[in-house]
Amino acid sequence: MSDAEPQQASLLTMENIVKAFPGSVALDNASLSVARGEIHAIVGQNGAGKSTMMKIVNGAYRRNSGTLLFDGRPADFVSPLQAQAAGVSTIYQEINLVPYRSVAENILMGREPRRFGLINWPAMNRRAGEILGRLNIHIDVRQPLMNYNVALQQMVAIARAVSVDAKLVIMDEPTSSLDEREVSTLFDVIRSLKASGVSVIYISHRLDELPQIADRITVMRDGRTVAVRDAKDLTKLELIALMLGKDLGDVRSTGATGFARSTRQEDGEALLTARHMQRGRVLKDASVTVRPGEIVGLAGLLGSGRTELARVIFGADAPDSGELTYGGRTSAFANPADAIAAGIGLCSEDRKAEGIIPYLSVRENLTLAALPVLTRHGVVDTARQREIVDRFIDRLGIKTSNPDQPIRELSGGNQQKVLLARWLCLNPKLLILDEPTRGIDVGAKAEIQALIDELADAGLGVLMISSELEEIAEGSDHVTVLSDGRTVAEFDRGQISQPAIIQAMAHIETIATPDPAEVA
Amino acid sequence: MAATAPVVANRPSPRWMLLLQQQGATFALIAVAILGLARYGENFRSSFNIWEMLRNNTYYGLIALGMTFVIMTGGIDLSVGAVAALAAVTAARLSPHGIWVGTLGAIGIGILVGLINGTIIARFKVQPFIVTLAMLLGCRGAALNLSHNANVSVDFRSGFIDIGQRNIGPVPLPVIITVVAYILGSILFNFTRFGRHLLAIGGGEEASRLAGLPVDRTKVVVYAISGACAGLAGAILASLAYTGSPNFAIGWELSAIAAVIVGGTLLTGGRGSVGTTLSGVLLLGLIFNELNFERAKGTFELTQYWEEIIRGAFLLLVVLLQARLSRSQRTNRM
Amino acid sequence: MSTTGTTATVPRPRPGFTPASAFRIAGPTTGAAGALILLSIYNAFFTTNFLTLATLRVNLTQVSTIVLVAVGMTFVIATGGIDLSVGSLMAISGAIAPLIFLSHQWPLGSDWIAVPVAIVVAILVTGLFGLFNGVLVTRFEIQPIVATLVLFLGGRGIAKALLHGELRHFKEPHFDYIGTGRPFGIPVQVLLMLIVVAVAAWAMRSTSFGRYVLATGGNENAARLAGVPVNRIRLVVYAISGLLAGLAGLIVISLNSSTDPNLVGINMELNAIAAAAVGGTVLTGGRATVVGTLVGAVLVHQLRYTLISHGVADGTTRMVTAAAILGAVLLQQARRGGD
Repeated sequence: MSDAEPQQASLLTMENIVKAFPGSVALDNASLSVARGEIHAIVGQNGAGKSTMMKIVNGAYRRNSGTLLFDGRPADFVSPLQAQAAGVSTIYQEINLVPYRSVAENILMGREPRRFGLINWPAMNRRAGEILGRLNIHIDVRQPLMNYNVALQQMVAIARAVSVDAKLVIMDEPTSSLDEREVSTLFDVIRSLKASGVSVIYISHRLDELPQIADRITVMRDGRTVAVRDAKDLTKLELIALMLGKDLGDVRSTGATGFARSTRQEDGEALLTARHMQRGRVLKDASVTVRPGEIVGLAGLLGSGRTELARVIFGADAPDSGELTYGGRTSAFANPADAIAAGIGLCSEDRKAEGIIPYLSVRENLTLAALPVLTRHGVVDTARQREIVDRFIDRLGIKTSNPDQPIRELSGGNQQKVLLARWLCLNPKLLILDEPTRGIDVGAKAEIQALIDELADAGLGVLMISSELEEIAEGSDHVTVLSDGRTVAEFDRGQISQPAIIQAMAHIETIATPDPAEVA
Repeated sequence: MAATAPVVANRPSPRWMLLLQQQGATFALIAVAILGLARYGENFRSSFNIWEMLRNNTYYGLIALGMTFVIMTGGIDLSVGAVAALAAVTAARLSPHGIWVGTLGAIGIGILVGLINGTIIARFKVQPFIVTLAMLLGCRGAALNLSHNANVSVDFRSGFIDIGQRNIGPVPLPVIITVVAYILGSILFNFTRFGRHLLAIGGGEEASRLAGLPVDRTKVVVYAISGACAGLAGAILASLAYTGSPNFAIGWELSAIAAVIVGGTLLTGGRGSVGTTLSGVLLLGLIFNELNFERAKGTFELTQYWEEIIRGAFLLLVVLLQARLSRSQRTNRM
Repeated sequence: MSTTGTTATVPRPRPGFTPASAFRIAGPTTGAAGALILLSIYNAFFTTNFLTLATLRVNLTQVSTIVLVAVGMTFVIATGGIDLSVGSLMAISGAIAPLIFLSHQWPLGSDWIAVPVAIVVAILVTGLFGLFNGVLVTRFEIQPIVATLVLFLGGRGIAKALLHGELRHFKEPHFDYIGTGRPFGIPVQVLLMLIVVAVAAWAMRSTSFGRYVLATGGNENAARLAGVPVNRIRLVVYAISGLLAGLAGLIVISLNSSTDPNLVGINMELNAIAAAAVGGTVLTGGRATVVGTLVGAVLVHQLRYTLISHGVADGTTRMVTAAAILGAVLLQQARRGGD
């Protein structure tokens, strides 16, 4: 990026941005500068201000003060529409297109080509095809969007953004639902955007991805910008240190996770054995075994059946076939309540959709699964309830102004802690954790990981599903790898390594779906 | 990893299933019509029966048309029956001034109520259910006031009653009006941006907003359309009944919703069409018509109260069928 | 949680107390209750005979049927559903009971048997219909508005078919007690209303059933995964709604000593939903208040009474009531921050 024509080179310049909400200051003299044709990553913990910053750029919020220059001119977008017209497009975490309508309609929504005031369908389909073609995506644009998988839907969202002649595309956690192969495809698309002169703001907490895709990285903390560096000059360790505001020495030497090197000895007797579980088209032949005091990492790409396996074990879905052995019983659980009564807990991957009851209090959410235990003749024992809640708030360090606060007011990390407490207060024997640290800032992440360690030390069996290889590799005593709905590899402690796991995940795939070019 | 892997689509639902789901009401309509033609002979086939049956379903059809638009956006309009009554009273009051004044006045009052509904719903973000429920009460009250708690006679010399009673050739005027309304509605739905946005808004309002769609404006217009349709229905009703009564159309909003559902439009919004509502309305109308014939044949002893029970049972049947269909669709996708 | 060294106890800050925050902290029913108090004061001064016991009795009697149905509706709404069939169910129970105790086919001591049997059977039948609604919603996964629409459309027809569409008068002193009895000087239905409200409010707050109801409406998926028997809860609330509607139907016909299947329970759905909404129960589910529903019903009723006793025409009364309902809901939304 040359300094010769600073005005031209910088697409977006934000300085001294302040944004306050009733009760909190989200941005406190934050700044950001994005060059033309640059892929610029923004990282920070939850609450650092990334989202707020983006919403000011794309017109969803208005700043209280500070300067914003876009494309060489001062700008103050009062609505998303205005920002879009100026060339700012946003792609959100939850894919927010309209599933029942066709791909073409979704791409051209709001700008449907018309003839004599009426929509021109053939032209619309053609244009949509062209737009997708530019990104090397060739699908039938007349099909309803919902017929396609998540990754593709995301590409369609990008195609839409691009088609409005965006100069700046903001991507908020675009890879959170994608597997490794899809991430790679996405990166190709982003690079082709860059090649055509479009700038990309890339928000992600998957720190491992950044060196692959980003040119520069802005680190935010507590509403301020604390550093701006070239991506290649920044190691992950330094990055985390900046995000946490700690010196390098503070960060764990065993890696960035909260898992300690384990010296656990698992008991021989298996706690849970699931064999050849099959359900629908996703789960085909999956098996896993968990012993007391053991953390079993369940690894696999998106769609490999990990969550499905967890749900089947927990009784949330009924398997089509397979054996489940747990504490003397040999049949699957009919429903979660039975599993819970038997000492199993499941902490789902999607807090918002499957975890919290938003308007109920922290207290109610925490004790929800425990109500059968806390109830006598139908009436809830509030004294015991209060005692349990206080105990776990202390133990897990849940930050809440008072336990009767509606849980939706808590930050993501604290909500996750409440959900964990929901299961822990039942003293389970087996805990299934599905992405327990997703969407949580680094500090809370480490706390939760350390907690899981502690619990395993005390004898709890843990089945941990995670898309972060580092978490799996560092935290597991034993790793089971799923691929395409089947168990394809098992690793004991000595054998666990990230490369080995990746290889296992990839291995079966190339055999099962032969590439025509490779048929020999 | 270099090359972009080819992107794969899930297996879409079999065509026949989609067709059945979307056009089930139309198929049923055709089947029932054929049954009637075969079974009830001359009287059923007679133009008198057909046209009269159609004439008597025009107001249902119009109300259901307006309701379809509202439901597509994920909303609901519980006030349409009351609006029709209010419009009927208005039309009756205006009837001395002739067909145009009477009809347009009725439509106008419908639009006015619809605009109020739409504005409160869009601007103040109150749930449509409670807003239109309150409006139902308010419109009944307004109708009572306007009619001084009595039935208002329609002036049958001014030409106003033509709107419901007149025929163009063999075809009753209100039928022509309703058909034209449906055609316009269908064009609006399929070929204008406004129409395309309806299902988008119903399927995801926030997404639509962020995509730049004029969500609030669309909503206001949609409720205005619903009101206008109800207003027109009220005018026709008044002209056929020779009176405008504040007690007309009680419960019709729910019958309209039933027709829309029977036709296949999702109550949650996001999927549906205009034509299928017409099928739904005609299907229900035809069934009752044929039941009359069946009763005349002496097949069974059916008193008139059974009409309501049949409506309910029919809705139940359709809804169970739809539930079954969509469930198997879901399992297909897994 | 020792290894990371976070503080053990978290200091709990006192929320700053401004008028705006007071507005928010105040419960969902506060506004309605306040309006009710103001209205009562107004009536005390400006409406003749308001402060008499007779007036109080009449008002509470009229509102009691609405409250009974509205309490059931509150539970249903709390699970995220709605019950449009309540009016029709009232008509059904109002048809069944007289058919039983008027049938003159009872053995000796007939009245003593016939009337209680009639009452129990009528309420049981509507309870079963409520269960039917629940089955449609849970087993067949039909939307509540559509599922209860079935009985809304068909139920009144059933009542009419039972009575051949006619109004029936009856003179049945034992049955009349439900409508006109006065234990301790309080009308029976008012007593029933108060008991039901008290029990329901307590149940929602203090029993696991009540908490499960709110969890189901608040986030069904999460509730299921936490072991909440969601389907069972739904079945129960629709059954309760049916039972209460049945009871309300009996009270209505007893008050009138006659039953008209065309009129019993007409508009009751509207009244019940309005009462719940005005009182602070959120129509999307997950947040509900039984006491609020009581306040909401009384407020709406009181409003109508005030207008009517000051000579305002029926039509205008309805319009004003509609505006008041809208106003109440708007205010509540503002209080909640317009989520």
